[in-house]
Amino acid sequence: MHDPRLIFEKDHPGRRIVRFPGEETLPDLETLIPKDYLRDEEAPLPEVGELDLVRHFTHLSKRNKGVNDSFYPLGSCTMKYNPLFNETASAQHGFTDLHPYQPIESVQGLLEAFYLAEKYLAEISGLPHVSLHPAAGAHGELTALLVIRKYIDSLGDDKRRTVLIPDSAHGTNPASCTFSGFKTREIKSSKKTGLIDVESLKKAVGDDTAAIMVTNPNTLGLFETDIEEICAIVHDAGGQVYMDGANLNAIMGVTRPGDSGVDVMHFNLHKTFSTPHGCGGPGSGPIGVADHLEPFLPVPRVAKAGDGYTLSTDYAQSIGRTRSFFGNSTVIVRALCYILALGAEGIRDVAHNAVLNANYLRVKLGKTYPVAFDRTCMHEFVATPKGLGKARAVDVAKRLIDLGIHPPTVYFPLIVPEAIMIEPTETESVDTLDRFVDAMVQIAREARDDLDQLLDAPHETPVGRPDEVRAVKEPVLIWSKR
Amino acid sequence: MPYIQNTDADRAHMLETIGARSLEELFEDIPKSIRWTGAFDIPEALSELELADAVNRLALKNITSSCRPTFLGAGIYRHFVPELVNHLAGRSEFVTAYTPYQPEASQGALQAFFEYQTMICMLAGLDISNASMYDGATALTESALMAIDLKRKKKIVLSAAVHPEYKQVLRTYLQHAGVEIVEIPAENGVTPVDAALSSLEGAAALVVQSPNFFGCIEDVKSLSAAAEAAGTLCALSVDPISLSVLEAPGKQGVHIVTGEGQALGTPMNFGGPGFGFMAARSEFIRRLPGRIVGQTEDKAGRQAYVLTFQTREQHIRRARATSNICTNHALVALRAVVYLSALGRTGFKTLGKLVAAKSHQAAEMIAAIPGFEAAFGAPFFKEFTIRCPRPAAEVNGILLEKGIVGGYEAGRDFPGSEHHMIFAVTEMTTDYELNLLIDALKGMA
Repeated sequence: MHDPRLIFEKDHPGRRIVRFPGEETLPDLETLIPKDYLRDEEAPLPEVGELDLVRHFTHLSKRNKGVNDSFYPLGSCTMKYNPLFNETASAQHGFTDLHPYQPIESVQGLLEAFYLAEKYLAEISGLPHVSLHPAAGAHGELTALLVIRKYIDSLGDDKRRTVLIPDSAHGTNPASCTFSGFKTREIKSSKKTGLIDVESLKKAVGDDTAAIMVTNPNTLGLFETDIEEICAIVHDAGGQVYMDGANLNAIMGVTRPGDSGVDVMHFNLHKTFSTPHGCGGPGSGPIGVADHLEPFLPVPRVAKAGDGYTLSTDYAQSIGRTRSFFGNSTVIVRALCYILALGAEGIRDVAHNAVLNANYLRVKLGKTYPVAFDRTCMHEFVATPKGLGKARAVDVAKRLIDLGIHPPTVYFPLIVPEAIMIEPTETESVDTLDRFVDAMVQIAREARDDLDQLLDAPHETPVGRPDEVRAVKEPVLIWSKR
Repeated sequence: MPYIQNTDADRAHMLETIGARSLEELFEDIPKSIRWTGAFDIPEALSELELADAVNRLALKNITSSCRPTFLGAGIYRHFVPELVNHLAGRSEFVTAYTPYQPEASQGALQAFFEYQTMICMLAGLDISNASMYDGATALTESALMAIDLKRKKKIVLSAAVHPEYKQVLRTYLQHAGVEIVEIPAENGVTPVDAALSSLEGAAALVVQSPNFFGCIEDVKSLSAAAEAAGTLCALSVDPISLSVLEAPGKQGVHIVTGEGQALGTPMNFGGPGFGFMAARSEFIRRLPGRIVGQTEDKAGRQAYVLTFQTREQHIRRARATSNICTNHALVALRAVVYLSALGRTGFKTLGKLVAAKSHQAAEMIAAIPGFEAAFGAPFFKEFTIRCPRPAAEVNGILLEKGIVGGYEAGRDFPGSEHHMIFAVTEMTTDYELNLLIDALKGMA
């Protein structure tokens, strides 16, 4: 039976789990720290017993769904299998029990892991210099834009302050621009192809163009076929090309962004390189850059030193530090394990099977859910609930939860009304894809025969659709004792 | 093909369904001119057996802090992590889930983050908290950005005793924002209140850390009062463990509290991933960066949790968002909830008392060695600065030869402080380790 109580409501004074050696004979705090600085009242954390605590969080876990539970075709998020081996490998003390300031000679194994991760990401992207610092994709974007800004400043150019962003881009793109001191200008996608309209781009570039941010493949799951020309137009105008690498999964091993003219990109290790999303992080968003941007990368940087490795801050033109210490080390170790397990050949197999799975679904599902810009896609595609009458994308999403499937991304990209963005990833089996199609077809049937129950979905979940308006109008953001 | 379940027969069947002759055909949109036809300089695929060997070899090349006494702190700390944290936060329903955008399938994570927000507010003495950020440095930076936005003023007054890397991150983020950063030098290891007060005119925020980088507890009450008097926000970066015994900053007039949460149930991880936390007064809700969980009900009146106030965020507001943050450090924050629940109020307070007792014992023993003395007179919690008879780097060199990792050399960031060493002592420091340190320091005068 569901126990809705919060951990605070299970408080039972006197229950203790963790005890510390020496805690019985402690001096009075006031003899150590002046009373003025001390708490009047202790922080009212709950006191629970060990078994009750274990049950509390186990119960919560059962009210949560991950990739290990069910199919998770969340577009743009690349919810692929997170190899269990990597969890154990990255959690060993040899990686976790290390202080960031301990002598450099005593972290050579970790630095080697960083060095290899940088090298392999450089190989895959065709961008020779990599920084592992960014903690997430948006952090990588910001870091990359700061690098571009510093590069432009180094040329003494104070006019280039506009970043061009296609209207299909992730929301983090324009937000990152704002935080690096750029203005944004939106570029319309072609209504016919869903791709960047080269003619509009030509009109948009000028001597104020700092950069373009391109997501390739884009958020419709389409490869920007004119990418070379796009890069050339922006370069000719004196701008830089930034690639949002959120969708790298579709193309790795098939084409390298650096080879088409991209100057800088970010990688999502928590998408393409199989590290888990952990309910929203920690991720890792390294960036790769071409030679001319290398001097501006954040510090410290991993460098070869004799037979070993060191961390160096000796880069006069660097943008500086973008976070404390180094990158998200255990996430990077997981990604390295993944690359080593795939090997040189396996990287291409990932892209091949991701694209195969997506197109299989596109063709089978497209009969019931018309696909926006319906042609061969890359790793994902955007379907629509056209023909489902009153049922909207959100209703389809919610009903899927009842059927044991995590919903796709809905209402994104913004340029497709009622978008249902589906990304199966390469790790799903064809059996799972078929079951998904069956579920979607069943929902379409329900839209015709049993609309009311569809509009009320989900029914089988711990809660139905939460009242989001109330959450804002009468905000309850922390627990308090009634 | 590692991790791929499709067989050759599956692929043939799928291609047929698609109406494509080959996998190659699916990639026709990618121009031939940019196809990668080379071979990556990446080794051939390793079996799990080989991979284990390779990665274990890398791990074994590092020397962990449990192998030898370590007195480093400076933002990342070795605290005890109960094993149940690994088990519960390591459950795959949490580890392999996405951000809880679909509340019906994510009530577990949402409730856990609601509990997290509550606990952070309990420690900070404030009303609202987000559901985590990247780290302490970016959280401090975002608190400054938030203040700039709220106050519409382009000046930050920064205590020099803030973690050097945090200060650098703040400068990196603000370098193109046209914001003036006025740094107030520390006096006797703390931020002088009068100097702060006289710099505050036109400032959006006074940014302070307590206990500060030298381990000294700041006079938070006076500093926040100075900020209040100048119409400025007081943004404080804290060590969450210290809040087991130190007064809640919110009760001392602080407007925004941030910090590095690693110490709450996560190993040091070479400095990352930990997580950043941020709490504030409720009036700032619409400017708070990051994800926020709220409690509400579903149609049937059942208690439900949901991500709320999303109009602040980048996926809605895009260029006008309060922050560009999207992915945060949720799973590490989840560890903190489990950790704080496992300690409970008595356990957490006991931990604080134990850490304070051990650090004071250590400081006293070191200061009793001829040539060594406490650098500052200010109260401290778990870190303290010692003036050594020789340059701290030299002292550390000698300690290392004896198998001891000494404290942080303040001279790395503070010119003129070459003899200062910042020691961290936690509940993990044993009497045996402390005695080894004392013996090694003796005779260095």
